[in-house]
Amino acid sequence: MKPWTVVVAVLAGALALIFAMLDLPAPAFDLLPAVTTHLPASGVEHPVTAVLLNYRAYDTLLEVAVLLLALIGILALGIDADPVAPRPVEAMLSILARLIVPAMIVMAVYLLWAGAHRPGGAFQAAAVLAAGGVLLQLGGLIASWSAPRARLRWSIAGGFLIFLGVALVTGLESTLLQYPMPIAGRLILLIESGLTISLGLILSGLFLLLSRDRKNEAP
Amino acid sequence: MSSSMVFAVTGVLLFAIGLAGMLIAAHLLRKVLAFNVLGSGLFLVLVGLPQRDGMADPVPQAMVLTGIVVAVAATALALALLRRLHALTGATSLPRDTDA
Repeated sequence: MKPWTVVVAVLAGALALIFAMLDLPAPAFDLLPAVTTHLPASGVEHPVTAVLLNYRAYDTLLEVAVLLLALIGILALGIDADPVAPRPVEAMLSILARLIVPAMIVMAVYLLWAGAHRPGGAFQAAAVLAAGGVLLQLGGLIASWSAPRARLRWSIAGGFLIFLGVALVTGLESTLLQYPMPIAGRLILLIESGLTISLGLILSGLFLLLSRDRKNEAP
Repeated sequence: MSSSMVFAVTGVLLFAIGLAGMLIAAHLLRKVLAFNVLGSGLFLVLVGLPQRDGMADPVPQAMVLTGIVVAVAATALALALLRRLHALTGATSLPRDTDA
């Protein structure tokens, strides 16, 4: 396929999409009233967190499984086991990592807690934790992973397992992932705490595993 | 045109740029990058289009939030596959299809 054919075709498609969007009628149904009406029963005060961990918790459960699968996929591809020569680390980066990472951990805990009533939550907190992990590796303060040992494996899978456990218990009690009203908030906090640690490890693990495989890099 | 429609239109344009990049670029790293541009465009459409009446809808926002994290994981897996391909064959692009 010639590049200009692709460009013309994609441009035509984009224009058609834009005109279709501008001409779009109002949606036949609106989910916003449904979300706001049931918000007091969800255990949290912020609508996005309520959607993520209560109304559509099944989606989130499967999404965490996808993340876990991606990490397992990378592990299954095989990682170079050869010892890597430590590369020189800039002192500035190392000092910066030491200064910033503790603040990032505090930030992650705050984001996790804030998720109940304002923008925030497990995913944002985990992203901050993962960035901290990447920064520590770049600053030469922690080594890349070669093969996660049992304890790390349990921590990586822990968030998903807690989530799955809650799903199983609620599934046996009533409906899958339908939290009993008085403890809904506490269950969501439990799931989110597990997810923060596990997702932080998974996301930083994606980098820590890939950065291990340095043999194939161009000199 | 409301500001949320500006987001949606920008999202469509980013989607188009990413799609063209995926089809044109031969280097697999460029394809992965183009895939990410495409995904970001989609997220912009998903956030912008539902709030064209002025009210933010939390359902697509939660969907985008999970989508971003899944996109990160998918990118990492794609990069791992790409490095494996490079380590095993030395190639950085897929062989071209030849019309029989």
